[in-house]
Amino acid sequence: MTRALTELRGVAAPLRLANVDTDKILPSRFLKTVRRSGLGAALFDSLRHNPDGSINPDFILNREPWSRAIVLVALANFGCGSSREHAPWALLDFGIRCVIAPSFADIFHENCFKNGILPVALSRDEVGSLLEWIERPAQAELSVDLPRQTVRRCDAVSYHFNIDPCRKTALLQGQDEISRSLEHEVAIAAFEERRRRLSCFPRTCGPQTVDRD
Amino acid sequence: MQKIWDSHVVEQLDGDAVLLYIDLHLLNEVTSPQAFEGLRSAGRRPRRPEAALAVADHNVPTEHRGAGVPGIAEPESRAQVEALECNVRQYGIPYIPLTDRRQGIVHVIGPDLGLTLPGSTIVCGDSHTSTHGAFGALAFGIGTSEAEHVLATQTLVQRPAKSMLIRIDGKLGRGTTAKDLILHIIAKIGTGGATGHVIEYAGDAIGTLDMAGRMTVCNMSIEAGARAGIIAPDEKTFTWLSGRRYAPVGSDFDRAIECWRSLRSDPGALYDRTVGVDASEVAPMVSWGTSPESSVPVDGVIPDPACEGDPFRQAQLRGVLSYMGLQPGAPIAGLPIDVVFIGSCTNGRLEDLRSAASMIKGKCVAPGVRALVVPGSGDVKAQAEAEGLGGIFRNAGFEWRDAGCSMCLGMNPDHLQPGERCASTSNRNFEGRQGPGGRTHLMSPMMAAAAAIAGCVVDIRKLS
Repeated sequence: MTRALTELRGVAAPLRLANVDTDKILPSRFLKTVRRSGLGAALFDSLRHNPDGSINPDFILNREPWSRAIVLVALANFGCGSSREHAPWALLDFGIRCVIAPSFADIFHENCFKNGILPVALSRDEVGSLLEWIERPAQAELSVDLPRQTVRRCDAVSYHFNIDPCRKTALLQGQDEISRSLEHEVAIAAFEERRRRLSCFPRTCGPQTVDRD
Repeated sequence: MQKIWDSHVVEQLDGDAVLLYIDLHLLNEVTSPQAFEGLRSAGRRPRRPEAALAVADHNVPTEHRGAGVPGIAEPESRAQVEALECNVRQYGIPYIPLTDRRQGIVHVIGPDLGLTLPGSTIVCGDSHTSTHGAFGALAFGIGTSEAEHVLATQTLVQRPAKSMLIRIDGKLGRGTTAKDLILHIIAKIGTGGATGHVIEYAGDAIGTLDMAGRMTVCNMSIEAGARAGIIAPDEKTFTWLSGRRYAPVGSDFDRAIECWRSLRSDPGALYDRTVGVDASEVAPMVSWGTSPESSVPVDGVIPDPACEGDPFRQAQLRGVLSYMGLQPGAPIAGLPIDVVFIGSCTNGRLEDLRSAASMIKGKCVAPGVRALVVPGSGDVKAQAEAEGLGGIFRNAGFEWRDAGCSMCLGMNPDHLQPGERCASTSNRNFEGRQGPGGRTHLMSPMMAAAAAIAGCVVDIRKLS
C-alpha cells in the first residue's frame, strides 16, 4: 500500500545537475539492506558528505532552509541508471515526496509512483525559472497540487503539469496495484491456458526445476 | 517488439495501460528481499514460482567461494544471500546456489541455460535485463515493487513504449567490437536519448555480430535510457540456443523456430524514431566522464569546458573533469591506469575473455597495475580454463576470480580506492560506481587487456 498524495506544501531544493543517476542518489554500498526504510541518511551520500565523512556544508540539502526539502527540482534525465528502488526509498526516507525535472529515466519514474512520490515533468524553461526562484531562501517554499496538477510558487506563479489519469488516481488514493491486478485473476488464468496450447511455446518458459548436478 | 507486446497482453486496463504477461522472472539477492517481504506481509504467494530463477550475483565475493554462504565475510552481504536462500526455499523458486558451477551473473546464465527465449517477456530487478533482448525477447529492468507484482500476479501493469530503430550498416574495423559500437551509439544519441523507447537494432553490422556481441549491445541500451533493446532472432540465434539446457528440444524446438522466425518486424514497419550508424566509422571507444555518453574514440581528446556555452553545464563539466582528474584537451591515449577490470554482464562472456586473452599472450601486466578477470559465470570460467585462457591470464599476472558482478558496482570486496583509475569492461562510469572516489574508463575487453599490459590507455589498432 503506497502513501496517498494529494497536496504538498513545503521547501523545494534546487539541484542544478543533469543526468542524476541512481548511484548518485544512493551509492551501491548502501544497498546491502533487506528493508525499505532507513536509507535517508545515505541519500546523495557523495554530495552530502566530504571524502572524510564530514558534512559538506555547501551541498544544498545541508543548507537551510533546503535541508527540510520535501520537493527536489533538478535537470534532465533524473534517476538514470540502475533499477534500484532504493533510490526512491532514500528520497522518501529523507522526506522528498515530489521530484520536478524536465525528464526522468523510465524505471526511476515508475518506481516513484510505486512509492507515493510524484515525478513532475516541466519544460526546460519552466524548470530553469523555478530553479532560479527557489534558490533564494525566502522563496524556497512551493505548493504542489495533484488534483489541479499545478506547482505553485509563493508569488502565486504556477506551472501546470500533465499526468496519466490512472496514475493520478492511484496516487490520490494510495492504491495497492497488486490488489487491483489480482482482480484480473480469471483473465490471467485464461491467458496462461491459451498459451499452454500454443505450439511455439512448448512451455511457458522458465525451468520447472533447476536440478543439481 | 510490437508482436511480442501484443501476444502478452492479458487485458487492456484504463487509458493505454495493459496487464502484460511475464514469462520469466529473474531474481537477485539485492533487489528481491523487500519484494518477498511485501508478499509475505500481504499474505500472498508467488503465482508461478517455476517461472522464476534466483541467483546471488551482485554482492558475492569472487574469492574463496568453496566456503559457500558462510564464507561471505561481510555480514550484511551474507544476510542478503541468506535472505534469498530462505525466500526461495519458502516459496519453491528455482535457485542456483553459490557453490553450483552454473552460478554467475543472472544475465549471463539466463541465456547460457537456454532460459532466454525469443518472443518471451523477461524481467528482473536489474536494469541490465535489456541484455536478453539479443535473442528477440522483450526484456527490461524493474523495481522491487514491480518484482513483488510479478511474483504475485505473473504480470505487470505496462504502458506502450515508443519504438526506435537503430540501423547499423557497414563493417566494424580492426580492433573495434560490439562494445565500441554501443559506446559510439550512446555518445551519439545521449544517455537520455532513448528514454521511453525500445531500441530495435538492425542492419548488416548487427547480423554479423555473434550472440555475445549482440548481448553487449542490448545490455547497454539502458545506458541510452532505453526501456529495452531488441534484435530480431536469426539462424545464429537458433544455432546458439540449440541444445541449451532449458531450451525446447526435438520437434518442440523445430516448431518453436518456425514461430520465432515470424517475430521479425515486417518490412515497412514504422518507428517513432530512426537512427542510422555507419559501423566503419566506429573507433575503439574510451569513456572519459561520469556518464556513458561521455566517451571518445581512443585517438580523441578530453573536452574543454570553455567550449560549453551554458554556464551551469560548464560548471557540471568542470566538476566531472575534477572528479576524474583529467585536463581539458589532453589525449585519452596514454592515460595511466591503476586497475583493470574485465568482467560484468556487459563483457564477462567466454567470447569476451577470448578477445581479452588474445591481447596478452606471452606478456605481463605492467608494474603497479592490479588486473582482475571475473568470468560472468562458473560455466564461463570452466570453459575458459578448458581452453587454457585461465592460464594465459594468470601467467600474465591477472587475478583469475570466481563469477559475480564484482567491480562493476563494487558491492562486494572488489572495489576501487579513492582516486584509482580503472580500465573497465563494465557498463557504467558513474561517480563512485566502482568505489567512492574511483575513476572509471569504459572500454572493450581487448582495450582493457591492452591497457593492463601497457599500464595506460592504448590504441590497439597501433599495436603490432
